[in-house]
This record gives sequence, structure tokens and C-alpha cells, in this order.
Amino acid sequence: MSQFDPDTDLPKGARPKEQITTDPSRPSERMQFRPLMIAVAPWVIASAALLMLPLVFTNNSALTIMNQMSITIVFALAYNMLLGQGGMLSFGHAVYAGVGGFACMHIMNMSDFFASFPLVILPLFGGLFGMGLAMIVGAFSTRSAGTVFAMISLGVGELIAACSVIIVAFFGGEGGVSGDRTYAQPFFGVEFLQQIEVYYLTAAWVVLSALLMYLWSRTPVGRMANAVRDNPERAEFLGYSSRWVRFYSFVASGFFAGVSGGLFAINYEILTEENLNTASSGVILLVTFLGGVGFFFGPIIGAVVFTLVQTVLSLQTELWAFYAGSLFLATVMFFPGGLAGLIMMHVPAFKMGRARLLIVPYLRTLLPAAIGILGLAALVEMMFHFRHAATGDNEMTLFWTTFDSHAILPWIIAGAITLIGLGIARATAPSLKDAWNSANTAPASQTVKGGAA
Amino acid sequence: MSTPALELKGLKKSFGKAEIIRGIDLSIGKAERHAVIGPNGAGKSTLFNLITARFAPTAGTVKLHGEDLTGLEPFQINRKGLSRSFQITNIFPAMTVFENVRCALLWSMGYRYSFWDMVNRKRDLTEGTEAVLEQINLSERSHLPAGTLSYAEQRALEIGITIAGGANVIMLDEPTAGMSHSETDYITDLILKVTEGKTLIMVEHDMGVVFGLADRISVLVYGEIIATGKPADVRADARVQEAYLGAALEAEH
Repeated sequence: MSQFDPDTDLPKGARPKEQITTDPSRPSERMQFRPLMIAVAPWVIASAALLMLPLVFTNNSALTIMNQMSITIVFALAYNMLLGQGGMLSFGHAVYAGVGGFACMHIMNMSDFFASFPLVILPLFGGLFGMGLAMIVGAFSTRSAGTVFAMISLGVGELIAACSVIIVAFFGGEGGVSGDRTYAQPFFGVEFLQQIEVYYLTAAWVVLSALLMYLWSRTPVGRMANAVRDNPERAEFLGYSSRWVRFYSFVASGFFAGVSGGLFAINYEILTEENLNTASSGVILLVTFLGGVGFFFGPIIGAVVFTLVQTVLSLQTELWAFYAGSLFLATVMFFPGGLAGLIMMHVPAFKMGRARLLIVPYLRTLLPAAIGILGLAALVEMMFHFRHAATGDNEMTLFWTTFDSHAILPWIIAGAITLIGLGIARATAPSLKDAWNSANTAPASQTVKGGAA
Repeated sequence: MSTPALELKGLKKSFGKAEIIRGIDLSIGKAERHAVIGPNGAGKSTLFNLITARFAPTAGTVKLHGEDLTGLEPFQINRKGLSRSFQITNIFPAMTVFENVRCALLWSMGYRYSFWDMVNRKRDLTEGTEAVLEQINLSERSHLPAGTLSYAEQRALEIGITIAGGANVIMLDEPTAGMSHSETDYITDLILKVTEGKTLIMVEHDMGVVFGLADRISVLVYGEIIATGKPADVRADARVQEAYLGAALEAEH
């Protein structure tokens, strides 16, 4: 399986630097200064990007999408604390986000209390409630990982989702619980009436949560989470209780899931059963796996890509979930390391300065492949239209072209594009493989071999 | 008389009707190097698993420095200063060599379940890890995933992980199994070096290693210890020769 290892996802150069330290009297200075700068850089860049994004994407719907992304990022990172770092597969993690979110809605609805409550700290309370629930559930579910843990998570998830129609006082029944964030005490005059204000609040929480989760992974308990994931028995013979290590990961993950629930509450001002159910739990598993569980930043990529598919693509086609599912399936089958794994696969070639050898072969293979896939998508869309459009409604628009979905010509064209595109991709694949191998082979020695693309 | 480092009294283990360990009494002194030998299926590994609480004994007690270990979990026993390796290499293959050793140091260096210390910024951890890597000659390999090491290197790493926590009772389960002659010599030297002044209990098949390392030897046959004593005495014991050693000794000479 893929693994999460902050030591190797640190920018390269950090390690060799330590090794060539020659001055025995000042090892720590030599060891730490440069890695610290390199380690901080991604966070500074990410924060700056989050600050600037609203200047590029100014309209409200873009802000909504970015908020949605941010919430999913926090949730996916929290989920990966379990899946990627702790080796615990949960099928019911939405409940911790959901319960955190519901708790925040109730705080919003305590009008007297909320009036003297700064909205910016609301996600913290979501986190605390998520953590509280995780402590209760984790007390028995973290006894073992594997199937037992997965089954308990599924059971607890279903149980709490079912509670949404039973404990109406807390979950609000079918209507859910809604509130109004603007009743909070203004924060330096900001009332969070506008989307942009909410955006910055969310962005701040994303950076803070991601940073804390990253730092967590570098603490003793975070490192032992990896050890327990790989070999729980050995960890026990190193003095650590596997169960307690899992418990701590679980509780921390519950906390950050709750934070994401709090952010959801602030953004949407309503929580329903949908925030708790198994479908939501499944989506976050999908997002995390799509991004890649082996690297810290994997879930971030997964959240961004999935949110784009979910929001932008869903405006274009009713079949977006079909494409999302196909993407997920392709990832699991061909790139078990997820999108992050796909990116990191190229690091050795970049290190050796041979990545440019890949550009032309990539274009030769991936461009036709992309065209072929679009052709395939066109066939799928036409099929869908042919079967499901109202009788007599034969006209459809695809890729800025309007045509008759019952005529034979569009089918021939789409089929031909698909076959030719995928055919060329297939024909050029061997040369891409060769290019890949040569890009991953040091010119002098023939020792380093890369995997096939 | 001082308390023995490890004391077994009437230790028994049955799996269903099968009695694997049939009443073992054994006392191992401080800083003693003790080897447990015996034919395949004699229960050597089971004995190890009973001592380290991987299995619960059917009857009998295990005392570490005079303290009864009954009912303790493996991690609690480890914290009391008993550490073990495994017959089948048991490391963290996906993590780097450095990381493997560092994880072995965390508890003993007092970091416990800390979620506020940054492991990379702790000089004691880094230096302690480097010292262990130096001892097991894996400094050059420290940033490779442990799973990519050669077999002998993985065994050396396993010994490193076992001793890293500073335990004073070290149990090694067939540390040289499946190794070539030169690798066996290398591991034997390594064991001598890293267990200096510590109590060592090892299961071993290679008689060269056993007679080279051990202060005392116990011979385990069908779940019972038929002889315990100095290598020369055990070698001379008629029952031992009959039960097990004869062939091996002849092969050696």
C-alpha cells in the first residue's frame, strides 16, 4: 500500500544537507535552518494563493465553489489522518463532521449567547463536539483496525444517521436545523453578511487546520500512527499500545472533521440528515482516495478536483456522478497512489533533470487519449439523450455543436473520434513507456528504473 | 542472591488438547547470555511468545526482575525493560530505516503519546537514532525504506529496533535464520556488541552461534527443558546428545 511519510515528502535537499554536516559542534544549526525555510514555503505560498484567489474569481458562485472546496479539504485531510496515516478505513466519518455542524447550528440558534459570540471561533466548537463524539465511539471502535473497525464505523454511521429522524430536538428531523450566522457578535465590524467575508473566514480555518494536521503527523503520536498502521504488533513491542495510538488519531480526526462541519454550518446555515449519512461518508472516502492517501497533500488535490467535478461539471451534464465514478475507478485501478502519487511519481525524473524528455511523448499519447475520452463521453451523452429526452426532442448540444441525436452521422463522428483518439494513444503508449524509463534512468548508470506509465 | 533478570515458574501452554509447553522452570541471571535450543516444534518460539505476553500462559508465572508479568500487555512488558525480535523479520517496511529506529526510541525517551513535540526538531531523538544506526552499521542506509534493505540488513535493523529502547533484557528469536556464513558472523558480532552488559535470551539453530555466544544453554524438547547449563556441560550431557545435539555436533566436527 501507499504510505504517508513526511520525511520523504519534504522537499529534497533537506536530508542530504543533514548528512553532510561536518561541524560536530554545531550540528543542529546546520541541520535545521534550510529545511525550516523549505518547510515553511508551501504554507506561505498556499496562504498567499488563498488571499489572492478572490481577486481572480470575483463572482459569488466562484466563492461558493471555493468555500465548498475549503470545507472538503479540511474534511478530507481529517479523514486521511485515519485512512492514510492510521490505516483505519472508516465508512461513517461524516457523522463527526455532521454532529460538529449540528452543534454549531444550535449555538447559532441560542440567540442571546450567540449575540455575544464571535463567529470566527464557531468551527472550534464544531471541532470540540466532533471530538467528543469521536472519544465515545473511539473508546470501543479503535480496539482493532481492519474489517472490525470498518464495520463498527459503518454501524455507528448508520445509527447516528438514523437518529436524525429520532432525536428531532438535536437533528431537526427531515427539515434539518437552520440558523443565521449574521446574528453573531460582529468581528471587528465584520458581520459575515457577504460571501467574501465568509470566504476569508473559511480560508483562515483551512490553513490553520491543515497546518495543525500536518504538524500532528510529525509528533511522536503521529509518527507512531504510521508505525501502528504498518505493523501494530511490532509497535506494541516498542512500548506503544496500538489501541491508544489509534484512539488518539481517531479523536484528532474527529476534531478536524467537526471543524469542517462547523465551517459547513457557517457557509450554508443549514444542516440536514444529508450531512450525516453514509453517502457523505462515501464521498469523503472517494475524495481522499482520489487525491491519494500516501501523501499529506493528496486529500487537498482530491478535494479540489472532486469539488470542481461536482460543481462545474454538474452544470454541464446530468451525468457528472458517472464521470466522477469513472475517474475514481480509473484512479483505484491504475494509480493506487491517487493524483498525488501520480505527481510524486515524476519527482525522480525532475531531480535528475530529465523530466523534459517526457513532454513530447506525453503530448503524443495523452492528447489523443483526451480526445478519445471526450469522444467516448460524447457517445455516453448521446446515448443518455437518445434514451431519456422527451419524445420528439431530438436536438441536443454538445461541445458547442447542436445536432440531432437520432441521426446516424453524429454517432459515426463521435465513434470515429473515440476510436482514432484511443487508437493513437494506444499506438504511442510503448514509446511513452520507453521515454519514461529513459527519463528515470540516470545517464551514467542504468540502475534506476521507473514504473511503467 | 540477587534477583534473576527473568524467572519462569511452572510455565505451561496448551492449544486445545495439544500441550506445547509442559511446565518450564528457568532462571536467567543479570547480564547472562542464554540460548534456548531444541529441535523444530519443540516450542521455542511459543516460549518466547509466552514470556512477552503475545500468548497468555495456561499456567505458571513469568517474573522480570522479580516482578510478576501476569496479565500485562506486550507494550507494558516492553516498558518494564524487556524487548524482543521476531523469527520472521518484523519491521516497518514502508517507513525509512531512520524512522524505524526513531519509533523504537520514542517511548523510552519519554515522548509517549505527545502531540506537541516535533520529532524532527528533537536533537536527542536524532542523535540517539544516529547512534543506534551507527551501532548496526546502517547509517548509510538510513533514508531508504526499510523494506528495500537486504535480508541481513533487515535482520540487523530488527536487532537495532529491539535494542534501541534501552531494554536490559533482550530476546532474539533466531536472529541468524536463513543467513549465509559471512552474514551469520556479521550478525553474531553485532549481537555481541549491542548486548554488552545486558541479559540476552536467544533462540538459535546455528550451533556455531550458540556455542560462540551463550554463557548458558537450555535444551527444549517437546515443551520441556531437558538440560540447562554451561555450553561444555550441555554438550557432554548424554540426554541432550541423544535427543538433539548428536547429529549437529558430528556435523560440526
